[in-house]
Amino acid sequence: MPTVLLIAVPYVAAVLFLGGLAWRVWTWAATPEPFRIPTTTGQQRSLAGIAPSRVESPSTTAGVVGRMLLEGLLFRSLFRNVASGPTAAGTCPDPVFLERKALWLGAMAFHWSLLVIVVRHLGLFVEPIPRVASFVASVDGFFQVGSPSWYATDVIVIVALGYLLFRRVRDPLLRYLTLPADYLALAVLIAVVGSGVVLRYVARTDLIAVRQYTLGLAALAPTAPASPGAGFVLHLLSVSVLLAILPFTKMVHAAGMWLSPTRNQANDGRRRRHVNPWNAPAPFHTYEEWEDEFREKLQAAGLPIEREDGRFQNPQAGGGERGAPPAAQAPLT
Amino acid sequence: MRNRILILAGLALCLAALTWPVWRALASAPAPAPSLARPVGATRCVAPVGFMRTSHMTLLAEWRDRVVRDGVRTYTDADGRVVTMSLSGTCLRACHADKTKFCDRCHDYAGVKPTCWGCHVVPTATGAIVSGPAAPSRSSRPGAAL
Repeated sequence: MPTVLLIAVPYVAAVLFLGGLAWRVWTWAATPEPFRIPTTTGQQRSLAGIAPSRVESPSTTAGVVGRMLLEGLLFRSLFRNVASGPTAAGTCPDPVFLERKALWLGAMAFHWSLLVIVVRHLGLFVEPIPRVASFVASVDGFFQVGSPSWYATDVIVIVALGYLLFRRVRDPLLRYLTLPADYLALAVLIAVVGSGVVLRYVARTDLIAVRQYTLGLAALAPTAPASPGAGFVLHLLSVSVLLAILPFTKMVHAAGMWLSPTRNQANDGRRRRHVNPWNAPAPFHTYEEWEDEFREKLQAAGLPIEREDGRFQNPQAGGGERGAPPAAQAPLT
Repeated sequence: MRNRILILAGLALCLAALTWPVWRALASAPAPAPSLARPVGATRCVAPVGFMRTSHMTLLAEWRDRVVRDGVRTYTDADGRVVTMSLSGTCLRACHADKTKFCDRCHDYAGVKPTCWGCHVVPTATGAIVSGPAAPSRSSRPGAAL
């Protein structure tokens, strides 16, 4: 039974992870986005005398790339976190919006540690061990404390996850807003990290047997280790659960962040005309066409019209094309 | 539609990167498990094999602390045998004569880079170093990482 467990579970988890991820991305890719809906936090490109915020409110693709990198690598939006605070009575008031960087710091610490940990684990699945994996591991174990030496990211990720859980529990308002799904994500991550730390420092397992097993997993010809130990089974199961549920929980933001139209669209809704591609082909009759049609009758009746002489449109052009801008437009004054 | 092609290309790239170890493993021969040179003569280690496989590093760290901090130089194992607590002098000379055929085999395989040899001398096959109370001074540097 444990043998079947050790072989079937990781593959089921991997299939759910990769398949789920592909399915989610496909549903996002298949969703049309006819309009510009970026959420911006800066001055959009405007008149020459007004300095635009090229990254916070990008009007070009380069700006969008900069914005996405800033968000994906440095979590720009979390850096903007503020809280309303009390003003100092009797003195010049403090700013009402106080900077709050703890969430940003906790998120940065957690996500980057997770990346380092994943890269470190690459050595278990690739033969020979990739240079990047051993390099990251040596940097991570820089302090050379203890034997086996402590990894800095092991400490950082535990502290960061502890904080991320603590902040949800501490504040009554945040606790009220926290859904079971939020606790689920934290619980699974804490299980993964906790079991991994226990596996390395407390209930160790035979690393050679484990690498034989993980290399076998990568080669699609796995053989379960003879006596993996409870710590390893727990770590493997928690990682499998994490992978399996990732595409179906909020943790899929790993992929979804890059495909958020509110972030990856250029804020050029006023510069370029975006026509909804599936607008029903409805015939419409503009005022200009209407006036062209009835000009003589309107003039005969003495009604005010825009153009006393001549027509708006060339009659041969047939006017009223769907989506085309009005042929003539009164200049903005 | 232009975006959809772009997104699917990105997705394919991501999936290829995530499954890279699989392609890599399928393209190359499986790595054999490291084979260790068994000690000649000795049949038992100071602790059971299962423990030594998973936790020899903690045993060595404990030895280091007891030698360096407490000045205790002998260790009594579970069977009542008394051995000198010395990596170079006992482990490597008495049993595992060739570090490259014992320590390094597993360490290289698992990608572990222990710092033992920053302080400890690797004895040669002819037994060039002395062990016991007159251990090499380099091995008794306090605070040296194992």
